[in-house]
Amino acid sequence: MNLTLKIWRQKGPQDKGAMVEYKVNDISEHMSFLEMMDVLNEQLVNSGDEPVAFDHDCREGICGMCSLYINGEAHGPDRGITTCQLHMRMFNDGDTIYIEPWRAAAFPVIKDLVVDRMAMERIQQAGGFVSVNTSGNTQDANAMPISKHDADESMDAAACIGCGACVASCKNSSAMLFVGAKVSQYALLPQGQVEAADRVLNMVHQMDLEGFGNCTNTGACEVECPKGITLVNIARMNREFLKASIKG
Amino acid sequence: MAILDSKVPKGPIKDKWTNYKNKIDLVNPANKRNIDVIVVGTGLAGGSAAATLAEQGYNVKAYCYQDSPRRAHSIAAQGGINASKNYMGDGDSDYRLFYDTVKGGDYRSREANVYRLAEVSGNIIDQCVAQGVPFARDYGGLLDNRSFGGVLVSRTFYAKGQTGQQLLLGAYSAMNRQIARGKIEMFNRHEMLDVVKVDGKARGIITRNLITGDIERHSAHAVVIATGGYGNVYFLSTNAMGSNVTAAWKIHKKGAYFANPCFTQIHPTCIPRSGDYQSKLTLMSESLRNDGRIWVPAKIEDAKAIQEGKLRPTAIAEEDRDYYLERRYPAFGNLVPRDVASRAAKERCDAGYGVNATGEAVYLDFADAFMRYGKEQAKIHGISNPSKEEIIKLGQGIIEEKYGNLFQMYEKIIAENPYETPMMIYPATHYTMGGVWVDYNLMTTVPGLYCLGEANFSDHGANRLGASALMQGLADGYFVLPYTIGDYLSDDIRTGKISTDSKEFDEVEKEVTDRINFFMNNKGTKSVDHFHKRLGKVMWDKVGMARNAPHLKEAMAEIKAIREEFWKDVKVPGDANEMNLELEKAGRVADFLELGELFAKDALDRNESCGGHYRDESVVKEGEQKGEALRNDEDFAYVSAWEYKGEPADAVLHKEELEFKDIELKQRSYK
Amino acid sequence: MSGLLSSSIAKKVAMALSALFLIIFLLIHLSVNLVSVCSEDAFNVASHFMGVNPLIQFAMQPILIFGVVFHFVMGFVLELKNKKAVGVSSYAKNNGAANSTWMSRNMAISGMAILAFIVLHFIDFWIPEINHKYIAVLPEDPTRYFHELQHKFVNPLRVGAYVIAFVLLALHLLHGFQSAFQSMGMNNKYTKYVKRCGNIYAILIPLGFIFIALFHYITQLS
Repeated sequence: MNLTLKIWRQKGPQDKGAMVEYKVNDISEHMSFLEMMDVLNEQLVNSGDEPVAFDHDCREGICGMCSLYINGEAHGPDRGITTCQLHMRMFNDGDTIYIEPWRAAAFPVIKDLVVDRMAMERIQQAGGFVSVNTSGNTQDANAMPISKHDADESMDAAACIGCGACVASCKNSSAMLFVGAKVSQYALLPQGQVEAADRVLNMVHQMDLEGFGNCTNTGACEVECPKGITLVNIARMNREFLKASIKG
Repeated sequence: MAILDSKVPKGPIKDKWTNYKNKIDLVNPANKRNIDVIVVGTGLAGGSAAATLAEQGYNVKAYCYQDSPRRAHSIAAQGGINASKNYMGDGDSDYRLFYDTVKGGDYRSREANVYRLAEVSGNIIDQCVAQGVPFARDYGGLLDNRSFGGVLVSRTFYAKGQTGQQLLLGAYSAMNRQIARGKIEMFNRHEMLDVVKVDGKARGIITRNLITGDIERHSAHAVVIATGGYGNVYFLSTNAMGSNVTAAWKIHKKGAYFANPCFTQIHPTCIPRSGDYQSKLTLMSESLRNDGRIWVPAKIEDAKAIQEGKLRPTAIAEEDRDYYLERRYPAFGNLVPRDVASRAAKERCDAGYGVNATGEAVYLDFADAFMRYGKEQAKIHGISNPSKEEIIKLGQGIIEEKYGNLFQMYEKIIAENPYETPMMIYPATHYTMGGVWVDYNLMTTVPGLYCLGEANFSDHGANRLGASALMQGLADGYFVLPYTIGDYLSDDIRTGKISTDSKEFDEVEKEVTDRINFFMNNKGTKSVDHFHKRLGKVMWDKVGMARNAPHLKEAMAEIKAIREEFWKDVKVPGDANEMNLELEKAGRVADFLELGELFAKDALDRNESCGGHYRDESVVKEGEQKGEALRNDEDFAYVSAWEYKGEPADAVLHKEELEFKDIELKQRSYK
Repeated sequence: MSGLLSSSIAKKVAMALSALFLIIFLLIHLSVNLVSVCSEDAFNVASHFMGVNPLIQFAMQPILIFGVVFHFVMGFVLELKNKKAVGVSSYAKNNGAANSTWMSRNMAISGMAILAFIVLHFIDFWIPEINHKYIAVLPEDPTRYFHELQHKFVNPLRVGAYVIAFVLLALHLLHGFQSAFQSMGMNNKYTKYVKRCGNIYAILIPLGFIFIALFHYITQLS
């Protein structure tokens, strides 16, 4: 198939940037979206232009590095996948495809389609852990039974890959799905209880400092999340936060 | 030839590690504050090492090329992590894990290291649970286990199909805690481009800031490399796009021996290639082999019809299917080790029985598992006389619970529903057992330079068993290096800060800058990927699953030619002082082009078939094992450690003879 | 505690609490108004009670006004903060409809329309009422309420404005009702009932108000 691409090009953080149009031809429907981008970049390199910078690494939907806003949606029109798992069979011959970086004040553009997601790192550093030394001298792993239901739910929250699609999709650039998932993972496990109050207060505080917006429950994040993290996690975070705040 | 000193402690194997730990020198907590350690790579090995060293009190500087340590490719490991907990009561023990690993590795690993690995494996699980890793549990609330290829017990702990992710997030959370405390200084989007030695000791690294292009100097008292494997030398592999050999190769060029480069694992269950544009291959967890049965059509005409798209696999009758693994290996069936399964698939496809348009795929069929689980479920739910459809539906429910994400991933890529049509799979490069040579302390042949995880030549010999990579990475980082590095650093307590203002740093920085400038100024005509793809093709065709001397010699010559052409004709657009992905790739491919040749040279030297390394010249000629790989313990029971001498072809071989005191060497048999 | 009040989640919860308060108020308001359809006398009695009862006048009424003002002010504060979080660059193409409802994305717009309506409503009822009772201090007639009500629904333009406002209120509530529960941390197995209940409420309450407006307009046509 032949496609028209409208891609955000921005030389560096200070550059103003603009949408630029490109054409790619003979794209196979079996290609992944990023393989289509590879074709474009090969074309650009061969013609002496600079290729489009975009983040990607594992190309199997788990590292969370890839991050494109495709035709108005984070990770493109398919569901439950990251951009690297999006396949060209989702598009038709002659389509025009808009490709843009994540947009949020807390995610400044580094170059072209690459954004800086350090804000998410700092939120994790504020409390996304259990304070246990890695000495190995903990109790036996089976000494503390955990209900299968809680363990499974915790796993569902922990499946977050930290890609930032939730922020990108949110009309308020809110990071609450991301933070909610992390808070939930630990809130559901006994290991996380000891520091539960400090964790949620610190992480939410850092989230606010980073300049993410506030959740208005539109649910866009949940729909676009490649890993199926649900709004239940945001509700749980709100609950944990209230509990922790009231406890003082 | 020099004999390498592996520094394995004396004494009975089960006491070696304990006794050794009791005797090595330690650094007292107050002194640790004055010692810096650089850790390059933040996967399971690097991440866990950085966190633990920081906890112990060292000042750690950690580096990764991604925008977050959490994105290291350990995250993609699906199936699980082994530990000899014997929670299932099926007779597992440290010895059995040790034995399975050595045997699985086809007796090309160092006994003492593997035993230590088995010994600390249980601790890893305890540690991860304490960190809040949500492992799968049974209804009683205790940890669940599954079984994996090449072993007869269930010892694999898992977190859905995302075990690597959860373990890495555990290590990452431990790192975050230390970053917040200021004990780890984290350098995201930084790539190590060389190591700096002062007075023969590793004292620092040169990095490029991938956002600004700045070339930076970083010093420390010891340098730890945990940068993963070099599977991308094949261009197509299950590795991440950015996975590279640069750090390992650069330290090799600075004096670290490179061991067993030809030991590469070709994983049997990957999604087949669909076209030339393909950028990477996707792995489907080996755990699928627990429930899936692998087959190809028994009749060549059926295979042809399928390849032409005229026949559906579901239309082939049971008696016309060749479950070749069950046929050839009745004892282990579909659960034979990875190398055996991969070669068997290649054998069938080479014979013309492949099942997709490229002829390079076999079926992984879950129909029997649907029935088996369905019947069980019907019984549990008290459904009497269930119809076949009901049973299948119930069975599919169980399979979905176990492997739902994998089935979904498959469907997204292939656009075929694997619940209805059998999956198609084919082997792909997955893991490299070879790597930088290290002694028992995980130190390379350069003092103060350590290497962990997949980057070292490791504990897996010539073949790695499933769910052992995660185990090794975390064992190295959490429980081995933090002890052994103290022994070395105890001599450094009075050294003081290492200055980056020295001629050693000047020189190495200049080498790095010169190379970057070369790329930027080279007015070539071909993209980096062009060369990488050509290298990959040579590697896959001639240094792939089956190797022979003529092919290997050709490969060496061809790789050298590609390398020379690369240096003449590569084209790198953009600027060096900004984010430049082509420049990053150029540096990595330049190193692959050197490694590839050494890889072929090593494969040529090892004229035996062992584990993932299969030489056409070395097979069993007759009897029950006819056609199976033939290992040659008399001539090749050693680790090949190569010393850099300029050109890869000039590398000098050093042999570490392997001694097997606790395990009897046998030809592997999975029949 | 100061941290609590300044945090994003606290603002959300405050927004939700004020919303729930207004939801309850709407129900009471509608019940009283519906009386006007059944009986003139009963409506006058009820209105007179509401108008002279000191608890309602001096306790409930200020709380209500505070609730309304708070909900709006907080809504604007959050909207501004969110705009800032989005930053200056916006998407060239954004397909919001793919992942969220129009209502949820445009609470500020429906909210502002409702605010405009409330201003009209105050001009229509509340200011004359306050003027009648406390400023001009006109003689009290316990039967005046019904006629005052009827009088407002003669002009078809005003009736039309009422209808549009209530449609927007319905849209606002379709998202807002369940959203309030989510903000307060409730999302569990009962959520589907909350959503269903919210949908019924969001349609029935505005429909009730629309019915009353149309009822009085039509009954006065002849």
